[in-house]
Amino acid sequence: MTAIDLGIPGLTGVPTTDEKQTARDYKSDQEVRWCPGCGDYIVLNTMQSFLPSLGLKRENIVFVSGIGCSSRFPYYMNTYGMHSIHGRAPAIATGLAVARPDLSVWVVTGDGDALSIGGNHLIHTLRRNVNLKILLFNNRIYGLTKGQYSPTSEEGKITKSTPLGSLDHPFNPVSLALGAEASFVGRALDSDKAGLTSVLRQAAEHRGSALVEIYQNCPIFNDGAFDVLKDADEAQRRIINVVDGEPIRFGREGEYCVVREGFGLAVAKSADVDASDIVVHDASDLNLSFALSRLSTQDLTHTVTGVFRRADRTTYDDGVRAQVNEAKASKAADLSKLLHGKDTWTVVG
Amino acid sequence: MSTETRKLDRVVIRFAGDSGDGMQLTGDRFTSEAAAFGNDLATQPNFPAEIRAPQGTLPGVSSFQLHFADYDILTPGDRPDVLVAMNPAALKANVVDLPDGGILIVNTDEFSKRNLTKVGYDSNPLEDDSLERFQVHKVAMATLTIGALEETGLGKKDAERAKNMFALGLLSWMYHRPTEGTERFLREKFAKKPDIAEANVLAFRAGFYYGETTEAFAVTYEVAPAKLNVGTYRQITGNTATAYGIVAAAQLAKLPVVLGTYPITPASDILHELSKHKNFDITTVQAEDEIAGIGIALGASYGGAIGVTSTSGPGIALKSETIGLGVMTELPLLVIDVQRGGPSTGLPTKTEQADLLQAMFGRNGESPVPIVAPQSPSDCFDAVVDATRIALKYRTPVLFLSDGAIANGSEPWMIPDVETLPDLTVEFATDPENFQPYSRDPETLARPWAVPGTPGLQHRIGGLEKQDVTGNISYDPENHDKMVRLRQAKIDGIEVPDVVVEDPDGNAKVLVVGWGSSYGPIGAAARRVRKLGLPVAHAHLRHLNPFPKNLGDVLKSYEKVIVPEMNLGQLALLLRAKYLVDAVSYTKVQGLPFKAEELQDVLADVIKGVSA
Repeated sequence: MTAIDLGIPGLTGVPTTDEKQTARDYKSDQEVRWCPGCGDYIVLNTMQSFLPSLGLKRENIVFVSGIGCSSRFPYYMNTYGMHSIHGRAPAIATGLAVARPDLSVWVVTGDGDALSIGGNHLIHTLRRNVNLKILLFNNRIYGLTKGQYSPTSEEGKITKSTPLGSLDHPFNPVSLALGAEASFVGRALDSDKAGLTSVLRQAAEHRGSALVEIYQNCPIFNDGAFDVLKDADEAQRRIINVVDGEPIRFGREGEYCVVREGFGLAVAKSADVDASDIVVHDASDLNLSFALSRLSTQDLTHTVTGVFRRADRTTYDDGVRAQVNEAKASKAADLSKLLHGKDTWTVVG
Repeated sequence: MSTETRKLDRVVIRFAGDSGDGMQLTGDRFTSEAAAFGNDLATQPNFPAEIRAPQGTLPGVSSFQLHFADYDILTPGDRPDVLVAMNPAALKANVVDLPDGGILIVNTDEFSKRNLTKVGYDSNPLEDDSLERFQVHKVAMATLTIGALEETGLGKKDAERAKNMFALGLLSWMYHRPTEGTERFLREKFAKKPDIAEANVLAFRAGFYYGETTEAFAVTYEVAPAKLNVGTYRQITGNTATAYGIVAAAQLAKLPVVLGTYPITPASDILHELSKHKNFDITTVQAEDEIAGIGIALGASYGGAIGVTSTSGPGIALKSETIGLGVMTELPLLVIDVQRGGPSTGLPTKTEQADLLQAMFGRNGESPVPIVAPQSPSDCFDAVVDATRIALKYRTPVLFLSDGAIANGSEPWMIPDVETLPDLTVEFATDPENFQPYSRDPETLARPWAVPGTPGLQHRIGGLEKQDVTGNISYDPENHDKMVRLRQAKIDGIEVPDVVVEDPDGNAKVLVVGWGSSYGPIGAAARRVRKLGLPVAHAHLRHLNPFPKNLGDVLKSYEKVIVPEMNLGQLALLLRAKYLVDAVSYTKVQGLPFKAEELQDVLADVIKGVSA
């Protein structure tokens, strides 16, 4: 075993290999069975292309998923994997991460899986800061059950279960994650391979829970939900990609920017503001991260991508292990002594 | 006046008071004294679900019953010989259980008009003739305690709080109990508050001296040490024994434990106990809910640890789906269900054994799981070690059905020599040559336990139906039929010991079959009817799924089979279905254990009916 410490906090303890890996090494022998044109294919390919660059032993990578279209993901990865229960993947992955510091554990989930049936596990996993990388495929619809609205569908959406329009107000997953004390939150588009890879890399490197929301197109039940972000011209006006430490400007020539407004942020034309008024992204500033999350609107007038927040905080699994190791170091595991306790009496013949 | 000392073979004492009166502690200390003296004993705490129900009311009454004897006893006793009542509510709630001639010790200080009215006494029972069939001792415990503590400078309110120790002291004198242990205990418990420690010791001594000096008590009693088997003993509750069993099983398997759980009465003490023993490589995770608790346990099992979850009542319902995933993924998982009164929230602090059919069938699809049930507090240790053996060896979730009576009840436990405990080590799969995640051990039908991190064994598991051998997703009809039968065959083939029938007369025609915590009352009732010349055989099941292989023959070799249960006949239903025996069900669901005397009558009637 060539366990080299790469100095990457998120992967400390996970053994590495010198063997050259390619995307092909991460493809399992199972036939991929998503619908033609599904955004899940692009995410799968991006992941398979990205993982070799981490240089980890494949057997030390585990994908745990819930239920839904995206949750078939583990079957297609030539790593360890568990396709578990609707909404419960974060809990199962927590048990695995707590038990095994030598694994890189990824959770694959969707907007229904993570935000509806599994909402409780998601927020508590983020709060605890378990060292898991959670990929939330958000297609704003229930696909596997054939087209009902999801917790991220827009109000008024006509679906099979809402013929008169949905009455549910949607979640903003990034705002939710930040509210749940997440130490890392990012967002990317399925079709943006470079952007998605960048966020995945930063997530992998982060020690703690990393939530990555991926806008993902469902060609069958919600086709074109993110099309305005995929049109080159529209994207320039709408996508605000943030980079830690850099002024937030966007547009083809950087003609738009983000400035402070009241307690929040607003979009302005760069020409209209003083350069010093342009907000510089600071991923360690929770209030700024939250304000950025609110710039993203359900109608996609603006969408912020990149890493909203990255903050150092002790992970739950590291903390648990530290307590166990301390107890082991300070007290011998003497079973007989434990069973005897303090008060015994002896019956003699 | 000299005090007469009478020798008794057994005594049942019940301490009853308000929830805030410290009755559980008082009972616990008396138990420790009895244990230290060498009596056999059994205890039964009974307390409300409310932490502090309104003071002095009937719902707020908390009691602790203790049975101690000079021979091996099986139950905490049907009725108290001695009732200590700290207030009118405790008297009213408990006096119905006191037999005529029983000793009643009452704290008179609480018998104010207001307190009497609160519980519906029109007149003071201490002043009318309603208690005349008992030996009543009226003791102003609060006043005497405050008086004894006068010189300590402690405020009246704090001083009055020690009256439970006064009661303990008085009872300790009456029954010739050793006192050093309690004094040592109080000084340790209140080590950070030495003045409170001293006050409690003084109150304890004051109660003891009160008995010695007052002339009100003409008789004291002695219960000689029991002739128990040679060995070293300690007192233990079911929940502690369960926790210790888990620690032991992990040591025997040389594996870490991850307990994922959510606090719920009466199972929480297992979490509390295990969280103290991290030095045995035990991780406890208090999850966000019941489902996360078992999910964490299953995730840990997938990673090669012993995943354990603990719950009760409605908690087991929430865990059903994950138990099903454990059945499908064929991973070891220990599910502790400390049964309580149901359905729904039911009776959180009361006992019942009504989760058997849920354990057996309560999941979607054909989803068999082994079931193990302990028969007494100390038996939890061996039973949970055996449940873990099954989980590890057969790669399956195992349901462990304890109950409220066992969990909180205590008894002496002969501490096992750890060298004699079974070897539970298992081997993880490591060989990539021809590795198939759903290949099976021909003997156990278990699949390989191939944990992440093992080179060359990368594979995917999940809740979708598996193709035989490869474990790939399969919707093939023949394959599904085969897999359903394979999963069932694996559980049916689990090796469990034959059930042992206790029939000292050797000629019984009636068999009484029980499971779980009814062992004590059934065993005691069987002894009683045998003494009356009525032979009866008793078989008690630890393994409810699969049943012991000899069970069918055992059932068929008796003319009549009777099955007492604290449910509406769940085991009887299973026995009738599986073995086509005309098992008679006797049931009671009052949230309380059976009384030996009622089962005695039931058994006697059945036996007489068969003989006639």
